[in-house]
Amino acid sequence: MSAIYILWLRELRRYTRSRVQIIASLGQPVLYLVALGFGMGAVYRQAGRGSYLQFVAPGVIAMTVLFSATFSGIALLWDRQFGFLKETLVAPVPRVFIMLGRTCGAATVALLQGALVAVVCVIAGFRPSNLALLPEGLAFLALIALVFAGLGTTVGSSLKDMQGFQMVMNFLVMPLFFLSGALYPLDHLPSVLAAVTRMDPLSYGVDGLRSALIGQTHFGPALDATVLIILAAAFVCLGAWRFSRIEV
Amino acid sequence: MIRAENLTRKFGDFIAVDAVCFEVGAGEIFAFLGPNGAGKTTTIKMLTTLLAVTSGKLEIDGLDPTRHKNEVRRRFGIVFQDPSLDQELTAWENMELHGALYHVPRKLRRERSEALLTTFGLWDRKDGRVREFSGGMRRRLEIARGLLHTPRILFLDEPTLGLDPQSRNQLWTHVKELNRKEGVTVFLTTHYMDEADRAASRIAIIDHGKIVALGTSQELKDKTRTATLEDAFLALTGTALRDESASPVDRMRNVARMWRR
Repeated sequence: MSAIYILWLRELRRYTRSRVQIIASLGQPVLYLVALGFGMGAVYRQAGRGSYLQFVAPGVIAMTVLFSATFSGIALLWDRQFGFLKETLVAPVPRVFIMLGRTCGAATVALLQGALVAVVCVIAGFRPSNLALLPEGLAFLALIALVFAGLGTTVGSSLKDMQGFQMVMNFLVMPLFFLSGALYPLDHLPSVLAAVTRMDPLSYGVDGLRSALIGQTHFGPALDATVLIILAAAFVCLGAWRFSRIEV
Repeated sequence: MIRAENLTRKFGDFIAVDAVCFEVGAGEIFAFLGPNGAGKTTTIKMLTTLLAVTSGKLEIDGLDPTRHKNEVRRRFGIVFQDPSLDQELTAWENMELHGALYHVPRKLRRERSEALLTTFGLWDRKDGRVREFSGGMRRRLEIARGLLHTPRILFLDEPTLGLDPQSRNQLWTHVKELNRKEGVTVFLTTHYMDEADRAASRIAIIDHGKIVALGTSQELKDKTRTATLEDAFLALTGTALRDESASPVDRMRNVARMWRR
């Protein structure tokens, strides 16, 4: 247990120490929020769908958690490069504990980053419709964080070096984001796109978050939560399995 | 303390370590010398449970590392060829993390961390981040860390690579003192013959995965009728250059580079 805790603490320490990185990683969400939130606002309102800023803010928060959690998981590659990974692999601790410590740490960092962007959204004019549902929103964020921290660890354990990183970015993380309904409503989509969005884990995360924050939902929060819980368990197990097979 | 019988490791068709046999007694300082790509690091990785054994028998402090991984891991400390510290954390936090991973009780962890950091001249810098440390300081911290859980064996894989003569000298002084005072068994690899000559009680020379000679420095010199260990080494392993980046192990790694097999 102390091994899980100390590795979780390590992720937090590294996060709180990289102030420049925290600020830098705010750039993208803020850009989406401002450029799309205000840029698309007029068209969205004319279509009779209300405020686009209200709509897109949960999507941007979910995006932040997706990026942060996946990258923290893939940061395994950095630890491989800088050698620290070996120090943990040679320790008398079951690999699964090491993986759990890292993954929980990655998820926590992602959650913090998501909360930070949520504050930025409120500053930009976003208002949650029902404050009583905030804990539910937080729970959905935590689930998103866990799903993608597990996925990140899986990918990070399967890659040998940084060269695969760009590929993961372009063929995994960006599609997960753009095909998730973070930026557009999921109803009335062409059938192919609708089918694809239904296979994207983030769709359920964004939908759950949106139902908690602005009371709009496509799948219903119960289905969202079920899918996310199953996927979180699946990805953490898959990540633990891949991690246990690392040889350095 | 360490026993290897016909220890073998293959990577595909390539035999990195080929039926190696040796024994290291308790309290001994044992050096493993060999050209680049000879199989030194592969052997250390097998001894330290990081790499599976293809065939042969291995015993660390009476235990089989393939079956009792965690018990064996508790018994040794290791300083890897390349750095393995978390550079964003402080020296103290690196020690703390290691202590927690090795289940050293908190109070004992603090006492030993303080004692070790003092011994290795790092106590004033305990709250400094590792990335601000010089190469020599990092090495010292890694050795201090490797000793935190009072291991019975210390593995040093080319510990002085890239260090200046002062740091090298200091490092070996510390290691020899530890060996003398606490009776820690030391298993080391190095490219510097003078270091092996000075520190090690016995030396094994490995080339192309096989041990070509084993004995005290004097025995090796007598055997090859040479005056220095360096000449003995060259007499035993030849003068052909080895290109480390093109070693078969690395070629193997390149094949399976991106997606692990």
